[in-house]
Amino acid sequence: MSTNEFYSLKVNGVDHHVSDAWIGESLLYVLRERLGLPGSKGACEQGECGSCTVFIDGAAVCSCLVMAASAVESEIATVEGLNADGTLTDVQEAFVTEGAVQCGFCTPGLVMAVHHLLDENDSPSELEVKEALSGNICRCTGYGRIFAAVDKVVAVRKGALS
Amino acid sequence: MSSVKTKRDVLGTSSLRPDGGAKVKGDFAFTSDLHAENMLWGATLRSPHPHARIISIDTTAAWKIAGVECVVTADDVPGQLTYGLISSDQPVFAKDVVRYMGEPIAAVAADHPETCRRALAAITVVYEVLPVLFDPELAIGDDFEPIHPEGNLIRQQRIVHGDTSVVGDVIVEGHYVIGMQDQAFLGTESALALPDADGQGVEVFVATQWLHEDQKQMAACLNLPTERVRLVLGGVGGAFGAREDISLQVHTALLALRTSRPVKMQYGREESFFGHVHRHPATVWMRHHATNEGKIVKIEARFVFDGGAYASTSAAVLINGVTHTQGPYKCPVAVVDGYAVRTNNPPCGAMRGFGVVQACFAHEGQMDKLAAAVGTDPVSIRLMNAMETGDLLITGQPVESVAPVARLIRETNEIPLPPDLAMDANELELPGGSGITAERKHIKRGIGWGVSIKNIMYSEGFDDYSTARCTLSDGKVVLKFATSEVGQGFVTLAPQIARSVLGVTDAVCDTIDTQIGSAGSTSASRQTWMSGGAVDGACRLVRERLFEVVGAQHNIEPIRFAIEDDEIVDTAGTFRMSVIEASQGITISETFEHHHRPTEELDENGQGNCHVAFAFVAHRAVVDVDPELGLVKVVQIATAQDVGQVLNPLSVLGQIEGGIAQGLGLAVMEEIIVQEGRVRNPSFTDYLLPTALDAPVVVARMIEEYEQQAPLGAKGVGEPPCISVTPAIVAAIRDAIGKDIDRCPVRPQDICL
Ligand code: FES
Ligand code: FES
Repeated sequence: MSTNEFYSLKVNGVDHHVSDAWIGESLLYVLRERLGLPGSKGACEQGECGSCTVFIDGAAVCSCLVMAASAVESEIATVEGLNADGTLTDVQEAFVTEGAVQCGFCTPGLVMAVHHLLDENDSPSELEVKEALSGNICRCTGYGRIFAAVDKVVAVRKGALS
Repeated sequence: MSSVKTKRDVLGTSSLRPDGGAKVKGDFAFTSDLHAENMLWGATLRSPHPHARIISIDTTAAWKIAGVECVVTADDVPGQLTYGLISSDQPVFAKDVVRYMGEPIAAVAADHPETCRRALAAITVVYEVLPVLFDPELAIGDDFEPIHPEGNLIRQQRIVHGDTSVVGDVIVEGHYVIGMQDQAFLGTESALALPDADGQGVEVFVATQWLHEDQKQMAACLNLPTERVRLVLGGVGGAFGAREDISLQVHTALLALRTSRPVKMQYGREESFFGHVHRHPATVWMRHHATNEGKIVKIEARFVFDGGAYASTSAAVLINGVTHTQGPYKCPVAVVDGYAVRTNNPPCGAMRGFGVVQACFAHEGQMDKLAAAVGTDPVSIRLMNAMETGDLLITGQPVESVAPVARLIRETNEIPLPPDLAMDANELELPGGSGITAERKHIKRGIGWGVSIKNIMYSEGFDDYSTARCTLSDGKVVLKFATSEVGQGFVTLAPQIARSVLGVTDAVCDTIDTQIGSAGSTSASRQTWMSGGAVDGACRLVRERLFEVVGAQHNIEPIRFAIEDDEIVDTAGTFRMSVIEASQGITISETFEHHHRPTEELDENGQGNCHVAFAFVAHRAVVDVDPELGLVKVVQIATAQDVGQVLNPLSVLGQIEGGIAQGLGLAVMEEIIVQEGRVRNPSFTDYLLPTALDAPVVVARMIEEYEQQAPLGAKGVGEPPCISVTPAIVAAIRDAIGKDIDRCPVRPQDICL
């Protein structure tokens, strides 16, 4: 299964050369299987669960719905790019301490979704949080501890500002 | 002192997941993330028909596709041709006949998933379509030709208890229907098989609930000695019962052995719907007899569980269902008939709640009918009949567990109700959500109750023991066990146990694999009790040995020692020494097997001490309903759960909230639609799961009454949360609209038509 074509993807600020790839491969597949970035997960591959959430030019998208070859001109950011310095982000930290992680399969996608939400809105209402996260399915937690993690980050960021 | 303990993350603290950091970073290796050098992909060809004879299978064209390395069918299975948890009745690959839509027929290994898809498309199977047995009632009698050599009736069980001639002053009756629910774990089935160099063995990384059971079934099908099939737990993305049965394990290992190359298989979401068993759809009839005040004097019931094409755990699900007919209530007399049957519908087996979900949906509907018939309310009727420790079940088994049923109901009732829905409520708070379909003025609020009893551990004489090893060296503990971590948090709990027993801080879990004895399955709310008991036992043995060593060094009777925080202290003297210092330069390792007390099989009248122990829970649901559009919003769930001892509050809360969401799913949205054996909605687009917007406010109380039988005083907490929340929500819908609804999930047409 290959073609002789190749293309480059810019992921987390680094250019990656993709060669011998089948042109129909999704961005999720290429990230996971070709670029060694398996942090984004696939649980439905049809845009319903949010496990595969990445940022393309700052927009949160389902990488399972994007053809990798169509993202050549873009800045792609994945969960692996959140920890360039090795430490957890405040969102990641809160997910751990507030019990928002059980099996963890939804977690990378949710961490990305929460970062995106809080980048756009530093004090979301309860409903805004629920709406923003409603594209990310979690089957284990019932969402309660995920909301608690978001609340924690919002509170800490506010405290840090004041 | 308590702050010191908190720092050491001992039992009772909200110790954090050791894998949490890796999981939030995307570093945690789920089975689907694994790779091997020179790896091939595997894929499965499945039947498009629910029932058909296979006339021929031609794989010639598939073999010719560039990149295809192997094609296997039933003819290539070297050992036993079938597998199964209780009865080995399910073919590795269908050979002469397919009995459900999605049944595996062949598997391929190739260089790319897309090559696999082409290879599957190139296999030609000629079928002769057969009549489909889709009505479970037809499977009970002799009305339909057996669709399997073992017949259409998987198991039948009767319960007859007490003086059955009794007739109540008041009689209420109902027919209840429970739909087919999917576990819908997020991480689909996945395995990576690595063949041994000599071709006589295989190592398999797999996401499963029970490594040793998989190993046993795989070895038989592969015709290999058990020890040459080595299993390692790959990261598991949820389970909820769906990973108790074999799915792709044998296929992946067979392809790896055939090609002498590593093979990875991974189901997509649609295939996952066909690749694992589901919750049994069931019909339940119940008739309750009571005194004029509402005290239950007799229950009659009939259960039919549709097991689908293969037996899986249907026989055990049936027993759970019928033995929980009475719910958490006193009942002196019962006549119950239960059937688990085989049909050409999708195979059903374990899902969180395991047969008790179906029983509870019916008995809780009955309790509300009874309350109405005697002119009382849902809380009073339940308090009046509440079970207590020492009561006899309808199986004749005494309830020896802590049974704080009345307290659970009272404590739940004390939880404040949510405020009324504001007249100017945001559309997202209305039933239907952002569809902006409901109007505030049409919304009606309702309140409903559900209370349940759930057996924990396995039943009917099965010895589901667990094994653990504790190794102490230089103040550090390593714990080894085969307990599947599926997200529930045993990897958090096990080190907590070691810290409490041994006074260490540094306690870690070794690789979870088959290089130690079985831990049994991560199911039946059993691992905290069983594997917790095994880890506790192993740690205690190590502690005894450590006391002997220190005693010999310092000339003190070991019996005088105790652990206090991180020190060994002489309880009859002044000697103290830190555990780190005491274990410097030595290694102590002990293995312990924990067995629960034996249980019995049921006799022909369904009598016998078949269960080990029980846990209880109460739920109160508040819902808003739009009666015209048939839309429901679950506003609040109040719950009090009998947990024994809380070992990790954060973990328990996670189980409670997560279980409630799954029970909510069964109440109002989750159902696999099957028409004449055909699955109509195998995707997350059509099979709806609760989202963040569907999540109700959960107010939970953990009721702690130490369970004497349990090694750590703690009951399993995984299943109870999802059991009675479903009938509570459905009761709340009935309350809101004043209409009888006897099925779940409740569909819009059940409300508005
Ligand atoms: S895998 Fe992309 S949304 Fe589910
Ligand atoms: S933690 Fe398992 S799906 Fe969210």
